Amino acid sequence: MRIVIIDDSGLRATVLEEGLREAGYDDIHIVPPRGAFVARLERMAPDVVLMDLGSPSRDTLEEMLIVSRALAKPIAMFVDQSDDAMIGAAIDAGVSAYVVDGLRKERVKPVLELAVRRFNAFAKMQSELDEARTALSDRKIIDRAKSILMNQRSLSEQDAYALLRSAAMNQGKKIVEVAQALITASDLLGGGV
Amino acid sequence: MTTGLRIAFLPLTDAAVLVAARERGFAEAEGIALDLVRTTSWATLRDRLVYGQVQAAHMLAPLAVAVTLGLSQQPAALAAPYKLNVNGNMLVMTCDFAAALEPDVAARLADPLGTAHDFAAAIGLWRRKPVIGVVHRFSSHAIMLRYWLASAGVDPDRDVVLRVLPPSLTVEAMRAGEIDGFIAGEPWGSAAVEAGLAEAVAIGERIWRRGVEKVLAFREAWAEENPDTVDCLLRALVRAAAWCDDPANHADLAGLLAAPAYVDQPADLIARALSGQIVARAGEAPIASPDFMLFAREATPFPWRSQALWIYSQLVRWGMVDHDPATVAKAGAVFRPDIFRRALADSDVPMPGASMKLEGAVGKPLAVGSRRGELTLGPDRFFDGRVFDPERIDEFLAGFTPPR
Repeated sequence: MRIVIIDDSGLRATVLEEGLREAGYDDIHIVPPRGAFVARLERMAPDVVLMDLGSPSRDTLEEMLIVSRALAKPIAMFVDQSDDAMIGAAIDAGVSAYVVDGLRKERVKPVLELAVRRFNAFAKMQSELDEARTALSDRKIIDRAKSILMNQRSLSEQDAYALLRSAAMNQGKKIVEVAQALITASDLLGGGV
Repeated sequence: MTTGLRIAFLPLTDAAVLVAARERGFAEAEGIALDLVRTTSWATLRDRLVYGQVQAAHMLAPLAVAVTLGLSQQPAALAAPYKLNVNGNMLVMTCDFAAALEPDVAARLADPLGTAHDFAAAIGLWRRKPVIGVVHRFSSHAIMLRYWLASAGVDPDRDVVLRVLPPSLTVEAMRAGEIDGFIAGEPWGSAAVEAGLAEAVAIGERIWRRGVEKVLAFREAWAEENPDTVDCLLRALVRAAAWCDDPANHADLAGLLAAPAYVDQPADLIARALSGQIVARAGEAPIASPDFMLFAREATPFPWRSQALWIYSQLVRWGMVDHDPATVAKAGAVFRPDIFRRALADSDVPMPGASMKLEGAVGKPLAVGSRRGELTLGPDRFFDGRVFDPERIDEFLAGFTPPR
């Protein structure tokens, strides 16, 4: 079974490809949706095409599936329309799958399930990465506010932090918001550090 | 009580009514918490609707017909009780190609018939078959382009290459030389003009003075199970549409649409379509096209069944569906004036007395039968003067040469 992954994100495609190889599929190709990708795909004659639901190139791909003379068999999205749960899970995970007509659903289902799992894992990884990035920048803002307080009010680092925290609690805000307000005010007053 | 409702849209100026309904409180006033889901391809918008991730979608009218007829992946009966806009498309071509056309851009846009013939002549002079981007096979844009090209004897399936790509990728594809021009909803044509990549060659409003464009589509079954929610939403949308049509609000609306969560393009580009001030060539004065995009006036939101059938006639013409009475009935039933009437029964919206009309028959503003208020229909001529009678589709189709 020849599987083609169309993906902008090199990392997600690799995560998916690894999963498929581990599961014993070995005829896997990754095609980025750029330039003449449709012609490349046509030559490959895939059995299954996996694509990110969020990719703007889906309309281009679907048009090719309609007009292609090179593809021997029609390809449609999702092999088994009766399997609502599977389709729902795929759409939630952001997977779209195009499958050649005649491929038995028992053969496609594991591929699709695996794609859903890997897409979900990738999305989780990415949101953790985003969180980590946000946490890092929050940290920097709080550090800067602390040093302003330490300089201007001759506080220890611990006391500066305690002051920020109590101000945040009193105002019902996040520490980072109070810290940002302090930095802005300090910049405006020309007392920046 | 507040009802949550998710609606998928594409980043386009004609998502305006949905954005205004959410951002200016019209939905909230009807007890609806509107969640607008930005989507970058029509395929994904369709799938989100068909598989129930959203309850409604900002959809190309021909795509709503095509999905119902089973022509675009999983078949699903859709119901379109509301038109989000009329007009709003622009065909742009690379400046080199446009150099073979009428140099006075205002004259070029005002004479679509002459320009179509110039375009036909320019094809032979171009270094390859012109590659023209269309946003979808089942788009009003593709249908309009085919109609326009064919009027000058150009076979859109043989003499040019139509390449499908979503609106947000059109400008980049032009920059990369992958396409020689494209027809898309605003602000993408204006963005290509502004970037100096292209010139306006034709505007939708001049090809069909009142061309059906985006509809609000529901799954038919869902709409029937949730009549109260549908009615509340439609009431919110007619108010939002009136707000969008008011020139006093255009600057505010353009600012709303410019946000990254919506169109994510500069407000001044978006404002061009709203105010009908179209810059056809970079650096030149705008050309006034007051009917460039309509949201409310002339009962724009009313889903005339005859317009669904006009779309059907064009799908038949280009061999995308076989012509038979059962399919005619199915296609016509996608547009739901009955739901529109029910939802707005107690409002002050002028309500047409009929559900079908001749398309392309009105030359000058015309007062028509209305159940309430005054209703004037604007001129709705096709540039070639044809009139579509929804009761006589066969005759209409036979009038095209070669009939296909």
